[in-house]
Amino acid sequence: MDANPTESPQQWGPILFYNETLIDHFSNPRNVGEMTEDEANGYSLISDPSCGDQMKLWIKVVANRIVDIKFKSFGCPGAIASSSMMTVLARGKTIEEAKRLTDDDVIEGLGGIPERKKHCSLLGVGALHEAIKDYEQREISRKKK
Amino acid sequence: MIYLDHNATTPLHPKVFDAMIPYLKEHFGNASSYYRIAREARAAIENARKKAAECIGAKPDEIVFTSGGTESDNLALRGAAHALRKKGNHIITSSIEHHAVLNTCKNLEKEGFNITFVPVDSNGLIDPDDIRKRITSETILMSVIAANNETGVIQPLSDIGAIAREKGIIFHTDAVQAVGKIPVQVETISADLLSFSGHKFYGPKGVGALYIRKDTPITPILTGGHHEYNLRAGTENTAAIVGFAEAASIAVSSLEEMSPQMAALRDRLEKRIMETIDGVKINGLNAPRVPNTSNISFSSIDGESILLHLDLKDICASSGSACTTGSPEPSHVLSAMGLTLMDAQSTVRFSLGKENTEDEIDLTVEALIEIAGKLRKISSITV
Repeated sequence: MDANPTESPQQWGPILFYNETLIDHFSNPRNVGEMTEDEANGYSLISDPSCGDQMKLWIKVVANRIVDIKFKSFGCPGAIASSSMMTVLARGKTIEEAKRLTDDDVIEGLGGIPERKKHCSLLGVGALHEAIKDYEQREISRKKK
Repeated sequence: MIYLDHNATTPLHPKVFDAMIPYLKEHFGNASSYYRIAREARAAIENARKKAAECIGAKPDEIVFTSGGTESDNLALRGAAHALRKKGNHIITSSIEHHAVLNTCKNLEKEGFNITFVPVDSNGLIDPDDIRKRITSETILMSVIAANNETGVIQPLSDIGAIAREKGIIFHTDAVQAVGKIPVQVETISADLLSFSGHKFYGPKGVGALYIRKDTPITPILTGGHHEYNLRAGTENTAAIVGFAEAASIAVSSLEEMSPQMAALRDRLEKRIMETIDGVKINGLNAPRVPNTSNISFSSIDGESILLHLDLKDICASSGSACTTGSPEPSHVLSAMGLTLMDAQSTVRFSLGKENTEDEIDLTVEALIEIAGKLRKISSITV
């Protein structure tokens, strides 16, 4: 056994090694909060049925760009940190750019996540895509009026 | 560091360490060999056997040393099931067993045995009558955990054991979390087989014992030499066995003094948490519990998130959810007690030990107030 445990934590049994970036986003999550109906024009509430994690996300889109983003989340450190990182990555992006964000981008932003926690990173990106869908539908009904 | 995870493992008692050292140094002989240093090892093992037996009211030749609780559970279940296969194929156990029993039963199921998993009520208690109703002419073995590792809930073992004895069914109990925490006497609970483990009571890891009542049918699961009454082949780990017995002896003889001390600390922890944090539920509160264990659900916040915040403050506890091990399933014990997925996911287990102080408990509560506040601010679920 000459593998370095810090390089491949998932190979070392059930112990999960979180890196400093992830712990920082867990301890001091960015963009936490809520937005009112007036402030936000995109919202989503999604949960991970496999583990019970839940996330609420609000976005404010101005001129096709995400100018503000807020989240709240019930979940493990992996879920909280990846939600936080997702909001950092999404803020300031155009709708088209934000749609292209993947869980791999979130994982890369965090500098890696233990193998068994990868499913947590899907929550944030899933919430973003749902909130964008909500925004687009609101835009369609607004234009119809 | 504040260590509140004694149900996971305990630090080695200094006296136990001292007792072990000679058998790692000059008394290194193989206990099965002929000469003086071998006889010294043999004498130490037999003395340990006597000490270990005394702790649970057994006779020395009813104790077999193993590599720990898991092996003891495996030897008890596989050994008895295989020995009794011709008599019947039904085994009764509970839905809140440790994985060492649970997964061994599931394995026996694959071998063709029928396993009944008896449920528990919302306090985590098994109803002995429920067990009685499930007995068939095929029932050969019953296995019930003495005290649960997650909640500390103590089962009505005397009643369950009496039913088994009355029906002529072999009765095993996984007493890994009970021995050293509450008095355990094999005759009081009518046990035929009883597993216990050294590192849960300030002994070394990698050593345990199985009590096997005289004339209990059992076949070995490890074959080889004639060690341990032909029931557990392999050169005896003399130092570990000596440490095991020394630790068991110290723990059991200091029970009367330690038990109220543990209970007072545990009650202090629970009282202060209940007073200062909203949305808190103590699991198993209305059942008899071992004095050191507290299993608490903090609504709307994730147990592992609490654990990591505690870890960042160098406080060691454990989570009720298996999600800390990367597996998203909630604890089977808490689910069996009827907790919702979310409540099970919001659970932290504190298991205290003899070195903990009131100050440590108060610091932990302060930390929890801060952590709960912080995580609830983030939480998408309102308390």
